[in-house]
This record gives sequence, structure tokens and C-alpha cells, in this order.
Amino acid sequence: MAATADSNDGTSPHDMPTDMPTDMPTGCDGRREPFDTKSDGVNPSVGPAIEVQDLVVRYGGRATGEVVAVDGVSFDVHPGEVLALLGPNGAGKTSTVEVLEGFRTPSSGTVRVLGLEPSAQHAQLMPHIGVMLQEGGVYPAGRPREVLELFAAYYDDPADPAELLDRVGLTERATATWRNMSGGEQQRLALALALVGRPRVVFLDEPTAGIDPTGRQLIRSVIAELRTDGVAVLLTTHDLDEVERLADQVVIIDHGRVLANGAPVDLMRSQPSDEIRFGAPAALDAAALAHHLGVDADAVREVTPGEYVVAVTPSPKHVAAVTAWLAEHDLPLADLRAGRQSLEDVFLRLTESAKASELVRSASAAAPTHAGSGARTRGQARRSGRSGRSR
Amino acid sequence: MKALRAHVGMELRLSLRQGEQLLVSIGIPLLLLVFFSLVDVLPKPAGVTAPVDFLTPGIVALAIMSSAMVSLGIGTGFERQYGVLKRLGATPLGRPRLVAAKILMVLVLQAMQLAVLLSTAAALGWRPSGGMALLPVAVVAGTAAFAGIGLYLAGTLRGVANLAVCNGLYLVLLLFGGMIVPLDRLPDALETAARLLPSAALSEVVGGTLGNATISTQAWVVLVVWALGAPTLAAARFRWHPAP
Repeated sequence: MAATADSNDGTSPHDMPTDMPTDMPTGCDGRREPFDTKSDGVNPSVGPAIEVQDLVVRYGGRATGEVVAVDGVSFDVHPGEVLALLGPNGAGKTSTVEVLEGFRTPSSGTVRVLGLEPSAQHAQLMPHIGVMLQEGGVYPAGRPREVLELFAAYYDDPADPAELLDRVGLTERATATWRNMSGGEQQRLALALALVGRPRVVFLDEPTAGIDPTGRQLIRSVIAELRTDGVAVLLTTHDLDEVERLADQVVIIDHGRVLANGAPVDLMRSQPSDEIRFGAPAALDAAALAHHLGVDADAVREVTPGEYVVAVTPSPKHVAAVTAWLAEHDLPLADLRAGRQSLEDVFLRLTESAKASELVRSASAAAPTHAGSGARTRGQARRSGRSGRSR
Repeated sequence: MKALRAHVGMELRLSLRQGEQLLVSIGIPLLLLVFFSLVDVLPKPAGVTAPVDFLTPGIVALAIMSSAMVSLGIGTGFERQYGVLKRLGATPLGRPRLVAAKILMVLVLQAMQLAVLLSTAAALGWRPSGGMALLPVAVVAGTAAFAGIGLYLAGTLRGVANLAVCNGLYLVLLLFGGMIVPLDRLPDALETAARLLPSAALSEVVGGTLGNATISTQAWVVLVVWALGAPTLAAARFRWHPAP
């Protein structure tokens, strides 16, 4: 699964200095051999680097009521593969990652990282994984160079701290203290710390949250290099654009359950849309365009200022008619998409419909709601669903 | 070994880099020692003429409390709050080496404190009359007791609450610890209660080893109970991850 591996946007290795460790043994396809045969209990066989089977994580006790954070999640990540775990806040992403990092024990299900059980075989696993927490993780008074050198001392064969510092663009900030660094600088240092032990599996929990475009680009290029080196990467993110460019595999979860699992391209293809979307100046005369296309006036909608959806079959004829109308009025066209959804559309549709079906369940269990507009019914059902759960 | 050495170095640099930590571990004990030795206003126990002779053991006990409880406790509390302990949990360092590094950091810090404070006391005219043979035992027992208290607070409270409680406790244990005010000047009921505190027990034990005075069995018992009980409680209650 490397559907988008080579098509990402200028984050190919040549654009960046390639001073990542390259002296690892390489397989016949040029990738780093995923598993060496050190007798440290790490699975020497070729197989998934990460295996998650029917994982369930429950929290809470008598006082707060039990919360099921992860409810039967399964997926595999192979060496040299980037898997993106997507989901709304509270979907169970971090809980899943924390089980894989060995911070939590699963309530049920099996989890293996490099063939090891992360919590029971924690000490054996730690030399081989790199972790970037969602936030923090560094001494507030620590300085990038010394912290990186400190972490390097924990590993037998670490990457060169100075090179790594340079790789993440922090050489000039090497002696700043963590508490005085910007959010983006902190993220870049946290990434370098995840890589200093030359891990074979990397867990990145929202690596690009709150980071500027340059930093974002840099983190993407580092992830692309990790994949080339045969490292298995699991990242959680809200940045769907990033996932479209970077991930080989996407797992969308909500309320602890997997809603979809596959390559981004396949997910986008599997949800064909019966519409044409385009970007143009805001506040166009939608009714006039509808008239021109010979469709009902409400078939053309401006969903957000400057973004239009035309509910017609995305045929070349209709696309031509839309662009012709724009040309006739001398209007610029910013973006045009016909018959294919962005990952964001897929994500929203899946998480919304999951919410809706849950609402149906909880609404039928609770008192019947009055029929009103769809949105109102949904809102009421959601409220009744919440109160139902908290009981 | 490489990991442990690197981590001890980091812990030491962090505690020496932070002004407020240095103030508590060296600045305040040094100030109290010099000021009250030169300005003879504090009550002294019967039979003591020079204030420095009474103050030195108490200030040594105070220094042990400062590094083991305040410096270690506040530092560790913030490390927990900022996810440092959690992040270290995902490295090969491991908890045993992390704890060992913290113990070594405290011991090195105490060696520096003792060097500064004892040489200052000597310059002020203090001479040890005891054999000091039991001083290392007193230091280790006191460190265990206060580190246990500091780590218990660090592992259960949020960073700022931990900071406040640590500092408040420091002041209480100082005032009721026979460190600058002799215990026999306290009202009887308070004195009885104060004798159960680890600070009072430690200053009596340190006073005995430095000054050749007799150490009551009660002081040893109290000190040993704290030295065993507080770390046990800390180990049982310590939370490595930040409070939600």
C-alpha cells in the first residue's frame, strides 16, 4: 500500500537535506530491512510492525460510570507504511496509541508492536519505538541540544543529535529553553526526540497541531523519509490534507469504532458524489446558474462563501456548462471537482452518518421526538442521546 | 551506565539552573545560618552560648529537607505535569534508572550544600565536637523521609498545588523542626506533637552526631518510621502521567 507515496507535494527527499541515518542495512527494494535479528525478543520474522486485533479500552469506575473509549478496533501497519488514525475529538485515537506505546493495558483484544506486547514487554520494546506525545514531554527548562543529547544517551546506537537538530531546523535555537520556544519549535524538537533512537516504529500524536506551514512541510518530509527507510509510522491528525498526501492507509474511527479503513484514494473513490463542486467569487447569482444549467434553483448552493455545489450528475456536459457560464460572466475559477470527494468529505459523511445512526438508536430508545426540520430532530435526538448515556 | 550518567547530569543541571531551586537549597539555609549567628536574637537551648553552635545542626537538617523534599518534589511535580515523566516512560531509560538518577542528584546536591554550610559555620566559629560517624546515616535516613514526602506530593498533586504545598510544608517543618527555634521553647502540647515530625527528629539526630549530644531513642524511631513510611506511600500513590 503505497498509493500516495510518491505523489506528495514537494516533500520528496531531494527537497530537503538528507542527513537522516542511512547506514542501516537495506533490503533488495532499497528500504531498510524492517527487522534485524538481534536476540532481544523482537520478532525477527517479516510481518506487520503493528498489529491491533479487536482492541477494547474501557475507563472509569463506579463513580463516573464506565466509558468505552475504544470498542473493537483492528488494523495492521507494515514496515515502510504510514497509517493515519482519523476521528473527531474523543473518538479513541489517543487511547489506541497509548495502548500501543505501552502506557495502557487493553481491556480486551490483542496488540503487538514488533511482535511484542507493549505493556508486558515494555522494556524490550522501548529501544525500538519513537514517540511524540500530543503535547509536552520535555523539561520546561531544558534546551534542545542538551535534551536531544540526553535522549541519545538512552539508546545503544542513536542518531547524531547535531544532525538531527539541523534536520528539524533547530540548530539556531539549540540553547533556547523549551518554555521560551514557539509551539512549532516545540513540535519539531518533540519529533527529533522521537527519532533519535533510530526507531523502527514511530507514533506521532497530532504532530502538526498548531504548527506553521514551513514546519508542517518539514514534518511531512521527515515522515516521507521514515517510510522510505522502512519505518512503520502511526500518526493521528485532524489535518486531512496531510493524510491525503502522506498516508498509505487511513483508519477512520468514531466512538471507538472503525468506520472505514483503506488507502486514501480508495476511500475517496468508494464514495462517489453526485455533484460538481467549484470555487469562484462569493455571492454569485446561483439562481441564474441553475437556470443556465436547466436545473431547479435550489440545485445550486453556495455552501461556504466562494464554494459552490451543483447537484447534478458530474458529466462532462454539465462541467462544460458550468465553466461556460463562468466564462460568459468573465468569472475566475478557483477549483473544480466532479464526481470525486476529498477525504474531508468522506470523513464528514462517515462521522456524521455514524452520529445519525447512533441518534436513531438512542432516539428510538428515548421518547419519540417531534418531527421538525431534519436539523432540529437531529439536535433533539443528540441531546436525548447524551442524557441517555450519562444515566 | 551511559544513560544513568547522562540523566544524573541533566537532573543536576536543571536544579542548579533554576534560581528558585538554588535559593531554597542553598540560599535560604546559608542566609539563616549567617544572619542568626551574627545577630543573636534567637532563643538558645540551655547550656549553649554561641548561636552558631545551636544553628549548625538545624541548618544542616534544613538543607537536607530543602534538597530532598522541596527541590526534588517541585522539580518532579512539574516534570509530571508537563508530560516529561510520561515521555521518559517511552524511552529505554526505565523507572529504576530514573529514580536512581534522582537519588544521585539529591546526594550530589547535598554534598555541595554540606560543603558550603559546614565551611561557613566553621568560619563563624563552629567546631564539631561529635565524631560525625553517624552523619551519613542521618543524611540518608532524612533524605529518604523527605524525598518520600516530596515525591508523594509530586505524584498526586497538580504542579502549582504541589509547589504551594511543598513550600508551605517547608515553612511549617522548619518552624516546628527545632532548626532555628529550640523545641523546648514551644508550648508543651506543640512540642510533643513537633517531636513526631521528621524535621525535629532529623535535627536532633544531626545535632547528636555533630555535637556529641545524646540522641533520644524516640528521635531515631521517628526518623526511621518516616524514612520507611514516606517512600512506601509515595511508591504506592505516585502517578506518572499528568493529572487530566
